[in-house]
This record gives sequence, C-alpha cells and structure tokens, in this order.
Amino acid sequence: MSLYLDIEKDLGSFRLKVKLEAGDETLALLGASGCGKSLTLKCIAGIETPDKGRIVVDDTVLFDSEAKINLSPQQRRTGLMFQSYALFPNMTVLQNINTGANREPDKAKRKAAVEAIMDSFGISELSNRYPHQLSGGQQQRVALARIMVSAPKILLLDEPFSALDSHLRFQLERELRNAIHDFGKTVVLVSHDRDEVFRMSDSIAVMDMGQVHRFGKKAEVFSSPMTRKAAILTGCKNISAIERLGDDTVYATDWNIPLKVKSIPEGANAVGIRMHDIVPGMGENAFRCTVVEEIENPFSYSIMLRVSEHPGDSLIGWEVDKARWHSMRADEITINLPAEAILLLED
Amino acid sequence: MDWFPLYNSIRIAAISTVIIFFLGIFSAYYIAKAPRLIKGVLDVFLTLPLVLPPTVVGYLLLRVLGPKRIIGAWALELFGLKLTMTWWSAIFATTVVIFPLMYRTARGAFESFDETLAYSAQSLGLSNTYIFWRIRMPYCKQGILAGTVLAFARALGEYGATSMICGYTPGRTATISTTVYQLWRTNDDGAAFRWVLVNLAISFVVLLAVNMLEKKNSSKKKGGI
Repeated sequence: MSLYLDIEKDLGSFRLKVKLEAGDETLALLGASGCGKSLTLKCIAGIETPDKGRIVVDDTVLFDSEAKINLSPQQRRTGLMFQSYALFPNMTVLQNINTGANREPDKAKRKAAVEAIMDSFGISELSNRYPHQLSGGQQQRVALARIMVSAPKILLLDEPFSALDSHLRFQLERELRNAIHDFGKTVVLVSHDRDEVFRMSDSIAVMDMGQVHRFGKKAEVFSSPMTRKAAILTGCKNISAIERLGDDTVYATDWNIPLKVKSIPEGANAVGIRMHDIVPGMGENAFRCTVVEEIENPFSYSIMLRVSEHPGDSLIGWEVDKARWHSMRADEITINLPAEAILLLED
Repeated sequence: MDWFPLYNSIRIAAISTVIIFFLGIFSAYYIAKAPRLIKGVLDVFLTLPLVLPPTVVGYLLLRVLGPKRIIGAWALELFGLKLTMTWWSAIFATTVVIFPLMYRTARGAFESFDETLAYSAQSLGLSNTYIFWRIRMPYCKQGILAGTVLAFARALGEYGATSMICGYTPGRTATISTTVYQLWRTNDDGAAFRWVLVNLAISFVVLLAVNMLEKKNSSKKKGGI
C-alpha cells in the first residue's frame, strides 16, 4: 500500500519535476495555484501524461516512460475527487453510485455493494434525488460513496474544500478525515491552505514552480521549513535576507538588526520567524520597536513593528492575544525574537 | 395541390440532419481536442459554408460531383451513378450548407462541459464511449438539440446550392423553395403563395421549438446544475 512517484513534464513556462514517496498515510501537496500540484495529481490519475518518469501504486506500475507503460485512467483504479465533487447531474444519487460499481460484472453483487456503501455513508434515503437537490455535505458523501464502491487503491483529493465557507468546511473536513481513516491506504491531498493541510495530512510536500521545495513529516516541515518558499507556504510572514556575522550571529538586512541564532546551515541566506513566536520583553534578540499599525483579528491582534533606533526596510509582524495586548498597549514596546524560534532558510 | 415538394423537402432535410448530427458532433468533439494550429485551420475551413453564398457552394459542389469531375466521374464509372440532378443530390448541398450550424452549436455546447465529470468517470472505470453518450451528451443536450432543430430548419429552406445541383423537375427534384421560385417565375401567384404559407408554418413551429428548448435550458441552469 504505497505510492512511488518520480516524474518530469515540460509546461512551457516551467518544468514539473516531482519525486515523492508515501505509505499508508495522507500526503499533502501544498502550494500556490499554478505550482503544478493539481497537475501532479492528474498525472497519477492518468489524465495527464508526464514526459518521462515512473509512477507506481502498491505493486502496480501505472506509468513508466522507459518500459513504455502508460495505463489508461480506467485501468489505474484511483479514486479522484474534485472540489466540485463532479457528480453526474443527469443521474440520481443511486445511478451515480452505480457508475462507481461498473467494474463488478455480477448484478446481484453490484446491487449489494451499492446498498452497503449507501448505508454506511447514511445516504440511502437520498437515492432518488438529483445532485442539484443535495446540500454540500450530502454531495460530498455521495461523491465519497461513489469512489469507495469502486474500491480504489489510492485516493486523490483535488482542493476538496477551497470553495466552502468556514462553517461547512469544518464539518466536511471531519467527515472526510473519518472516511480517510476508514480507507486506510495512501491518500494524496492537493491544497493551498496550510491549516487544512496541517489538519488533514501526515506528510507534506511543499511545491513551487513545479519543484518540491520541502518534503517531510508534517511536524518537521512546519518546525523547520528549510526553504524560503516552504516557510512562506507554511505561513511564516516575517522573512529577511541575512549576512553571516559569526558562528551563531547573522545580520538581518531587511530589518537592519543583528540576530543570535542556534546554528547556521550551509547555504542559508534568509531567516524567518512566525508572527506568534515573537515574545514581548527582554532576551537574546530584544529590540525596542515602534508600533506602526494595529490590525485586529477575531481573537488576536497583528502588530506591525519597526525597530526604533535603526529602522530597516521591512516591518516585523507580531501576533498577540487580545487580552494581553489590551494590558500592555503602547506606542513603543520591547520584543524578543527567541533564537530557537528563528528559522534559517535557503532559496 | 401536389404535395411532392413538401415530401421531398422534408426527406432531404431529415436525411441531411441525421448525417449532420453525427458529423457535426464528432467534428466538434475531436477538433476541440486537436492542437491549436490544426484547430484554427479546420475551424475556418468548416465554418466557410456558413458565410459563402449558397450559389458558390453549389458551384464548388458541381466542380467535384459533376459527371465529368473527380468524384462524379468516379461514381459514374464505378457504380454507374450520376450524383447530380436526382432528388438525393440535394442532400450533398444541404449537408454542406448546414454543417457549420451543427458544428458551431455542438462546439459551443461541448465547451461548456465540465471536464472534471469526464475525469472522474474515467477514474471510476467508465468507458470513453459510455462517458460520451451517457454523461457528455446529456450534459450538452439542450444546446445540441437546438442546433439540430436549427440545422433542420435551414435545410428545409435551402435554395441556392440545391437548385444548382439538382435543378427543378416537378415530381422528381422539386423542393418547397425551388417550387416557390418556379411558380412565381411562371406567374402562378396563387400557388406560390400557398407554398409560402406552408413554409411559414413550418418555420414558425421550428423556431418555437428552438425557443422552448432554450428556455428549458436556462431554467435548468438556474436550478443549480
């Protein structure tokens, strides 16, 4: 139960070059729109053909440019789900789910499989409805049931929630997580939303311009993104270029301040710090800052700061709890950038 | 009143429409997938009969189907078949003239198709033939039906190319439009007027059908499909 993927495809403006592996887990492809993550998914499903490379699911070779293997989408047994759910509008719920069971030649078995899956997804009462008569949650359940009855070897989810509002999204995410848990095999999730990716996945591949910038376990990728792109895509908003001053000291050129860090890896040319990792008060990297702007979020403030004495070109953003900011609000404050929270990044 | 022209017009239009239904749909489907350059060239070439005067189309058809021309001579030699001046010669003319109508509407309908439906269906293991007839065509049904009805109406009224390729022989090649012209030319105003009324009635019904199809289409789209 696994996925092995090593493909290349020329896209004109850039080249898709992806190498990934995953076991029985959820692998997220995280990236901005147009980075090649959806295309990667389509290559696995067989809708797009890579120029060269190899795709293996379980022990089945789906694509191998050297061995001239290229299975049709029908032969690949992938469960592909789109944000729109792609339910066939001219068919009822029952007919839609029946299409998923088309590989089963025995009529009685097919009927039993369809009934069982509809029962387990709680959609038996909807069997005669048409897709446009269903709520978003019901549509997702029908789409999942249709995929699951086809017994896929791998589940491919293309931006499953990006069009939904946050309330519905929360509910549907929970249902999908449960379905993924029951599925128990490899799942590839494509998303541009780091929160969704964090909640849904076990490993993450951060993609930009067709390249994988960082690939690893979820916790590692977030705690040590290693590349500038990965830092940005995992939500790090404070990033500055650096000059090396010593073994554990760098000069952050965008903020015009020296910073003590844990260690400086070879090739590092930038630092980043997440907005909520900054703390008020004294410490090894403490600076007196002027408050430039206060942005109110539902449960916190984003305070935009400029170093008072020798201001740099960029502001530093600090996210602080509402009550805390109310108790300490001032025009000028001292903040500390803890050395262990500073991310050292390369391009 | 001799009803032959009505019968002849309808059978020519019906046969042409059946041919064009499949030709138009398949060209639209495959050309949409073709590389850009080929698509552009074929698109211009296939839409040409829509803007050319029907007499020009008739002339060009005579140049290939005439008994002394390439295809015409070949058919005559091989099957002893004369491709012009028979009632079914008009099918060539109407087919060429109405093809762009069907092709254009089918292409428009196919372009509105949500390709994720086809991708999902392929992954579920459904054959491409099934996807075409059971998912793509139903999705584009209204547009394609409207195109078919329009093509049929246009085929019924075809005059220029038809009169050139099969002339006017009462009881053999006469259609409504060639009959109206012939009757008017021979000063039989009353008879010509009766055929005009017949033609108006048919066109009225056809356009009503097109409008109803389009209305049904838009109300269904509002329903959230």
